[in-house]
Amino acid sequence: MDFMVFQYPMITIQACLDGILLGVLFALIAYGMALQWGVMNIINIAQGDLVILGGYIAYFMYLYGIHPAWGVIVSPFIMYFVGVGIYKLVINKVVDRDLFISILATFGISILFMQLMNFAFGADVVLANSGYGTTFLFDSNVVLPNSKIFSAFVSIVFAICLVIYMKKSKLGRAIRATAQNARAAKILGVDTEKVYAATFGINAALCGVAGALISITFTIHPYMGLPYTIRSFMIVIVAGLGNLPGVAMSGMGLGVFEEFADYLLGTEFRIGSVFLLLVLILVYRRFKLSRKREYLK
Amino acid sequence: MNKNIILYAAILIFGLAAPFIFPAFKVQLSILCVLIVLATTWNIQGGEMGYNTFGNILFYGLGMYLCASVQVGMFFPLAEWTESGGEKTFVHTPAQFFQGMAVGLVVAAVIPTVVAGLIGYAILGLRGHYFAICTLGLGVAAGEISGGIEIIGAGQGFTTPPFPNVGGLEARGEFFYFLSFGALVLTFLAVRAIYSTRFKLILNAIRDNEDKAEAMGIETMKYKIIGWMVSAFFCGLAGGIMGGLVGYIDSTDVAFDGREMGVFMVLMAILGGKGTLWGPVIGATVFHVFKEGFWTFFLGWQYVALGVLIVVIVIYFPEGIMGWLREKYPERFGEVVDEADRKAQVELK
Repeated sequence: MDFMVFQYPMITIQACLDGILLGVLFALIAYGMALQWGVMNIINIAQGDLVILGGYIAYFMYLYGIHPAWGVIVSPFIMYFVGVGIYKLVINKVVDRDLFISILATFGISILFMQLMNFAFGADVVLANSGYGTTFLFDSNVVLPNSKIFSAFVSIVFAICLVIYMKKSKLGRAIRATAQNARAAKILGVDTEKVYAATFGINAALCGVAGALISITFTIHPYMGLPYTIRSFMIVIVAGLGNLPGVAMSGMGLGVFEEFADYLLGTEFRIGSVFLLLVLILVYRRFKLSRKREYLK
Repeated sequence: MNKNIILYAAILIFGLAAPFIFPAFKVQLSILCVLIVLATTWNIQGGEMGYNTFGNILFYGLGMYLCASVQVGMFFPLAEWTESGGEKTFVHTPAQFFQGMAVGLVVAAVIPTVVAGLIGYAILGLRGHYFAICTLGLGVAAGEISGGIEIIGAGQGFTTPPFPNVGGLEARGEFFYFLSFGALVLTFLAVRAIYSTRFKLILNAIRDNEDKAEAMGIETMKYKIIGWMVSAFFCGLAGGIMGGLVGYIDSTDVAFDGREMGVFMVLMAILGGKGTLWGPVIGATVFHVFKEGFWTFFLGWQYVALGVLIVVIVIYFPEGIMGWLREKYPERFGEVVDEADRKAQVELK
């Protein structure tokens, strides 16, 4: 219980900056989730595990002496094919069915991935050291690792690239058309099956980028996936589908919330507070809507 | 009807005799009873009401912690107990143990029911996947938060009072078996009684179309909360028994174990066939036999097997065993089948 945070403005600034840099990463993952949710109407519980897997790819490059920052390029390539593989094996059978089926099926994938990663990489908490050093601000009262700044920058670059790609390219247009109306898109000659596979692949690639960045800036562990899923779900329901500025803002907001929860409640309650926030947000939305006799659906 | 009574009597006699027929499997049989209770109570939400919850694990874990805390706290200071790791400094006499267990189980059943009633109004207003994810978050949050509370052992866990020295290991196994079997019988009879009333029809109406049910004048929220409270009551009871049986409570690995128990109960109900009385019972039995039989082969790979199992069941077998039987022998489920209709079906295929 550290209430220093209100007495010393420097700690507040530190927490805010940390939170914003962290939140940009969350927003990147959440953008992937919004994409597949909007296009395929699937909630992917394995989202966080894809992130962690991407992180391990970067970590392995680091172990073999390659600078982990290259993971930002390599990891999405590998993860794209992992995503397409998952789609072909499992997801294409649950796309048109009840949402709960997709939640449960991806929950199964999540457990599978968690355990396979545990076997392959061990249960240790690992970190790929980028050796970027740190930046000191305000007479070294605020300490920012350069790797965090790097990761936020790369996330923004990737997000901008993706937005342009979705606007301009043929596949991007097909994806957006499918999201609007899958049947109409099919009639007009869009191969929706291919679009779905590509969407899932792009989502996995985004997770790969985010994972590589997380392995540089924070730590990764095989069982750390679920919190990332919940965070991205939370960001999407706060921002709404297809609202990119909203996703970015609520991602940063969540990052700042987490940093403050960390300072005020202690690190052991950090993950718990994230999950509790999700429950509170949903309950708040529910009461707000029920005044109009509507409900979240 | 007559046939049913014979069937129930046979199962009851088998259940009472089981620990003496298979003395080596007493613990496994007790766990099976607890699993059936969990699957049956999940089915009230997931099967009959159409509210797929991952959050019933909350009541299970709550019951587990409450039962153990009451059992210790009635006679000894709780904080010192958890700090010393339990049995080393304080010893329950047999009378204290059984008294504590009895009071603990009552508390373990009642408090989760109250909790379900209190949070029910807020949580059950959500629908579909929002409800599923919200309850998932609730379960994980409970695990994370209880892992940070000192008085119940925080990260190092909580040792429940050891069984007193009367009759040794055999007596311990039999005590917990009959306790869990009693809970199972109680749950089954209660759920069966509920399913024969209007209440079940209301739950089914909520599942099929909640808005229409409301338009028909049913106070859906009231019935949803009551349904959840029934689930919470038996989940808490099962948790309390399981805590004593396992002998050790850890916040995320035993009590609020969303990755194991939380998924198991969903999986068992779906495997057996959700929305039926016997489905969860059959599903839990098949699942438990499979789990115990094959877990040793998959040593270390059991979660991989679990993940694959979830995906396979959900994708290829969503109707479950009872659903499959119903399709195969519709007459036995009281459905009238027109012969011509069936022929037409076959021809269509």
